[in-house]
Amino acid sequence: MYEIVRKKDLNPTVSLMEIKAPLVAKKALPGQFIILRVDDEGERIPLTVADFDREKGTITIIYQIVGGTTERLHHLNEGDCLHDFVGPLGKATKTEGLKKVAVVGGGVGCAIAYPVAKALHEHGCEVHTIAGFRNKDLVILEDEFKAVSDKFILTTDDGSAGEKNVVTVPLQRLLDAGEEYDEVITIGPLIMMKFVCKLTKEYNVKTIASMNPIMIDGTGMCGGCRLTVGGKTKFACVDGPEFDGHEIDFDEAMARGTTYKEFEGHAREEACNLFNQEVR
Amino acid sequence: MPNMSLKKNPMPTQDPVERSKNFKEVALGYTEEIAIDEAKRCLNCKNKPCVAGCPVKIYIPEFIAKVAEGDFEEAYNIISRSSSLPAVCGRVCPQETQCESKCVRGIKGEPVGIGRLERFVADWHNAHSTDAPVKPEPNGHRVAVIGSGPAGLACAGDLAKKGYKVVVFEALHLAGGVLVYGIPEFRLPKSIVQKEIDNLKALGVDIDTNIVAGRTLSVDELMDEYGFESVFIGSGAGLPKFMNIPGENLKDVYSANEFLTRINLMKAYKDHSSTPIAHGHHAVVVGGGNVAMDAARCARRLGAEVTIVYRRTKAELPARKEEIEHAIEEGIKFEFLCSPIEIGNDGNGCVGSIKCQKMKLSEPDASGRARPVPIEGETFEMDADVVIMALGTSPNPLIKSTTKGLETQSWGGIIADEHGQTSREGVFAGGDAVTGAATVILAMGAGKTAAEAIDAYIQNKNK
Repeated sequence: MYEIVRKKDLNPTVSLMEIKAPLVAKKALPGQFIILRVDDEGERIPLTVADFDREKGTITIIYQIVGGTTERLHHLNEGDCLHDFVGPLGKATKTEGLKKVAVVGGGVGCAIAYPVAKALHEHGCEVHTIAGFRNKDLVILEDEFKAVSDKFILTTDDGSAGEKNVVTVPLQRLLDAGEEYDEVITIGPLIMMKFVCKLTKEYNVKTIASMNPIMIDGTGMCGGCRLTVGGKTKFACVDGPEFDGHEIDFDEAMARGTTYKEFEGHAREEACNLFNQEVR
Repeated sequence: MPNMSLKKNPMPTQDPVERSKNFKEVALGYTEEIAIDEAKRCLNCKNKPCVAGCPVKIYIPEFIAKVAEGDFEEAYNIISRSSSLPAVCGRVCPQETQCESKCVRGIKGEPVGIGRLERFVADWHNAHSTDAPVKPEPNGHRVAVIGSGPAGLACAGDLAKKGYKVVVFEALHLAGGVLVYGIPEFRLPKSIVQKEIDNLKALGVDIDTNIVAGRTLSVDELMDEYGFESVFIGSGAGLPKFMNIPGENLKDVYSANEFLTRINLMKAYKDHSSTPIAHGHHAVVVGGGNVAMDAARCARRLGAEVTIVYRRTKAELPARKEEIEHAIEEGIKFEFLCSPIEIGNDGNGCVGSIKCQKMKLSEPDASGRARPVPIEGETFEMDADVVIMALGTSPNPLIKSTTKGLETQSWGGIIADEHGQTSREGVFAGGDAVTGAATVILAMGAGKTAAEAIDAYIQNKNK
C-alpha cells in the first residue's frame, strides 16, 4: 500500500498528491510516468511524474478529474493509501547537452512540463516557458515555472490572466524575433501539441511531444498505447512517452483517445452518485 | 482387466449454447467413477512412451495406476514429484502433441485421457487435502525470480522446496502472469491459479507485485545491492505484434493481449465491471493459436458473432485441438486461407469492415509448415466492428536494455543454454523470454530446469 502524505488542490479540477513510494522515487526522472490503482477493483491509470523526492521517498502526481478513477482518487485524503503504485515507467526526457529550450505546456500538461523545465534549468539550460490555460481559475504552477524559466509567458483563452492567445501565438512571436532553440518540448492536449508541432516544423525546430494515450499494463504487454510515429507503430509505454513531434500522427492519436469517452463520462457520474450517497 | 474401450471417456462439459453466454469453466472434470474407468484403459507399458512426450517427465503410468486403484492422493504425490502446477497443466497442456501422442492405445483408437486424469487428480487433491505444504528448512541462500508466470512459479517452487529464500518480482498488481491476464476464466479459473500461488507462499516464497524489472529494480541491483546470489528471468513474451496494414489503429482494433487483459486481469468478464471494452456485433479475430481461440471465445461471451481469420487451413491451426472444437461448438466461424489487408473505417474512426486477401498453400517454410501465398486479385470484404490481432509477441526490451552483458538473439529473445544459463554469471532465464511465444508447460519445464541449474551453481560456488 502506498500512503498519500500530502494533498493539495491546485485549481477547481486539478489536484496534487505526494505519494510514499521509495523504490519509485529512487529511480524516477522527469518525463517518466507511474501507473496506479485506487482500490482492488480499480482500473490502472497512467500519470506522469510531476516531482520526486529521493530522500523522503515520495513521488508527486498531479491529476485532473476526468473519469471514474480520478473521481475516486480525489476522494482520498492525506493518510489514506493507494492500492497499487508502479514505476517509474517510460523513458526519461533527454535534457543533457541542451543550451536553449522552449517548454510549451497546456492545461494539466503543465504539471508534466514543470519538472522538465526544472531539470533543464538545473542543467544550466536557458528555458523559455509558455503555459496556456482556458482561464485564470485553471492556472497552475505559475510561481514554480517563473522560478526556473528565463522567460515566462502565460496565456489564457479568455484573457482573464496573461495574454489572450493560444500558446502558438507567443511561440511564433519568439521564433520570429530570432530566438534559436535547440528544441521545443511540448506537453498538453493533443490538439495543442499538434499545432505547436505544425508551427515548429515550418521553422524547422526539433520538437518533442509527450504523449499520454490510453494504457493498461504500461510495461510493454498490451499494445493499447500504440501510436503511429514516422509511419511505424510505436508503444508509448516502452518506446516513449516522448516522441519526435514532427513524426507523430496526431489525428490518429486524437481519435484513439476518445475510444472510451462515453464510458468514462458514465463512470464518473456513477462514482459521483456513489459518493453523494455516502455523504447523505 | 484393462478397459479395452477404443474411445476416451468424454469430458463432461457445459452445454455449448449455455456456456457461450457465461464465463464459467467449460470442462466440468471427470467424476471419480469416470476417472477410475479411464485409468483402467492404461496398459502400463514397460517402456512408457508417454513419459518421453512430457516436457517435465511426469511418472504417467505410475500415477494412472494409483487412480485406477482409487488412491487419488498418492496419484497426486507422484505427479507433484515432477510438476509444480498440475491443476493448471491438466487444463492447458496440448496433450495431443505431447504425452497422449505417444500413447500405445492411440495406435488403434484414442489414447488414454492423460490430461483429463491429471486434472482430475489435482482437483481431487485441492478439494480434499487439508495439509498445508511443509516449509522446508532454510539453507541460507537467496534467489530472485523475475516474473510470476508459469516459468517463474515453477522455478520459485522448486528452489523453495530445496530451502532457498525466493522472492518473486511481478510487474503487474497480481501474480500469475499469463495464467491470470491471458488465459480466460472459462478455461482456467482464477481460483485454481490463486491456489497454486498460495501453496508457493506457504512454502515461504515472497511475491512482490508492482515491481518492473529493468525499471523499478535492475538485475544488477538485485545481485549487488539486494544480495541475491542468482536471478532467474521469466519475464514472458512481451510486445504484441501487429500486421502494419491500413486501419489497424482505428478504435476497437485490439491486440489479443489487450483484449484478454481487459477481460481477465481487469475483470471486464464480470457484470458491472469498471473496465471498458468494446462488445461488438461482429468481432473478427486474426490468428490461429490458443490466444486467438481465447480471444474469440471471450468476444463470443460478450455477445458478438465471431469469425476467426487464419491464413493457412484447419490442419495447420496451432491451437490445442480441444480449444478449436470448443470454439466451433460455441458457434465461432472460421475463414481459412485468407489474410487481412485493410481494416475499413465506419466513418466515425471505428472499425467498420475488414478486407482480406485469399491465400493458397505453397511449399513448407522454415517452421516446416506450408507457406501461405496470396492468390492474385482475389479479395473479399466482411462487416466487422471489433478486430482482435492474435499474431504473437516479440520480447520486451526492458530487461535486455538495462542488464549489462546479457546477450540476446537478433529478434530479442534472451540467449540461454539448455540449463537456462545466460551470458551473465548467476543469471538464468527461461520461458517465452527465451523461446518466444510458446506454451505454459514448456515455460514451466524451463523454470524447473533452471531451478536445478541455480541450485548447482550456488552449491558449487559455496563449496
